Amino acid sequence: MCGSCAMMVNGVPRWTCRTHMSKVLVNNAVMIEPLRNLPVIKDLVVDMDPFFDKWVAAEGVHHGALSREDPIASIDTSSDSRTQANAGIECINCSVCYSACDTVTANEDYLGPAALQRAWTLLNDVKDEGRKTILDAVSGSGGCHNCHSMGSCTVYCPNELDPMSAIAGLKRETAKRFFARRK
Amino acid sequence: MLNLPLYMAQRITALLMAPLVVGHLAVMIYAIQGGLDSAEILGRTQGSLVWFLFYGTFVIAVSIHGAIGLRSVAHEWSGLKGTLLELFMWLVGLALFLLGARAVWAVTYA
Amino acid sequence: MKAPARSHPLWFAYMLHRVSGVTLALFLPLHFWILSLAMTEPLRLDGFLLLTEAGAIKLAEFGLVFLLAVHLFGGLRLMAMEWLPWSASQKTLAAGATALSLLIAGLFLLRAI
Repeated sequence: MCGSCAMMVNGVPRWTCRTHMSKVLVNNAVMIEPLRNLPVIKDLVVDMDPFFDKWVAAEGVHHGALSREDPIASIDTSSDSRTQANAGIECINCSVCYSACDTVTANEDYLGPAALQRAWTLLNDVKDEGRKTILDAVSGSGGCHNCHSMGSCTVYCPNELDPMSAIAGLKRETAKRFFARRK
Repeated sequence: MLNLPLYMAQRITALLMAPLVVGHLAVMIYAIQGGLDSAEILGRTQGSLVWFLFYGTFVIAVSIHGAIGLRSVAHEWSGLKGTLLELFMWLVGLALFLLGARAVWAVTYA
Repeated sequence: MKAPARSHPLWFAYMLHRVSGVTLALFLPLHFWILSLAMTEPLRLDGFLLLTEAGAIKLAEFGLVFLLAVHLFGGLRLMAMEWLPWSASQKTLAAGATALSLLIAGLFLLRAI
């Protein structure tokens, strides 16, 4: 799956390569539109730059500390943090969740479900050294705290991922850090 | 438009108000039996430190909670942002606090 | 653009939470002002309290109590999802919170009439 075919079908963001016409025809007609929440370049083509800019702004980039000289990091695949990370790594950046989210529509600073889910997977990745950087990045005015848990991201993700729970995890970790600082 | 400090203030006042709301609902359901008049209310609250503290805390918490909540709504549904958004939030908080404090005073020590 | 499909339970929970919050926030100034009359015009306060005997007012009060309960239980559901480590079935919790709110508001109405 590459996600390039994502668009609004009868008002629902979907992968059109995985959409049977028979399932979406209404009175023998179907409405297709470019993905919501992204600038339209032409026809059904949208500019994905804002989506990826926010991906980077949420620190959805690997913060590695090892070099090729170091031994390969050993990962406990059954650990809780690895399970949490695994739940979100199949994201293909198709932007369906970003288009489904009403908070993305209403709040232009909001980083969005995909970017925040990626930040969460990295937070749970023991190889990633950027814990503080990630938590700072998701605590700003566009961060995870703007999520209202309406859950459209999880409902419409074609890969059956759960960005809403990932964002809840980020809220939990930032809150823990807030209380820890107070001590 | 929420950052970590605003989110924490929102959530903490929420948790603080949970028992206060339950208490308020319980009092309400009890008080409305047999009709409601000011003598009954004031008989309970006048001169009472307990009710002053209960509702006083409630007013402070709701002023913070409501102001931050309406801030999100104002930004998302009317596009208000920047200094105007901050001003809106502070005005809402102040208004709720002043009106609420006045009401608490009116039924306790006025 | 055709309105995006929003007919899923958690979206309704979000909208209900928002509407209840805004309604309560708008109601509070009125509530505070009426109570303040105890200090300035106590007879007028009694006048207002007499109004609460009217059926339409009782219905409005039921509505407000419902919204308050909905906002409280919906909020607790959110906080459980955000801060507690266990993952519960969100839809069930949302439905449960609404049901409990109706129960409480109903109790209020029954006592009131």
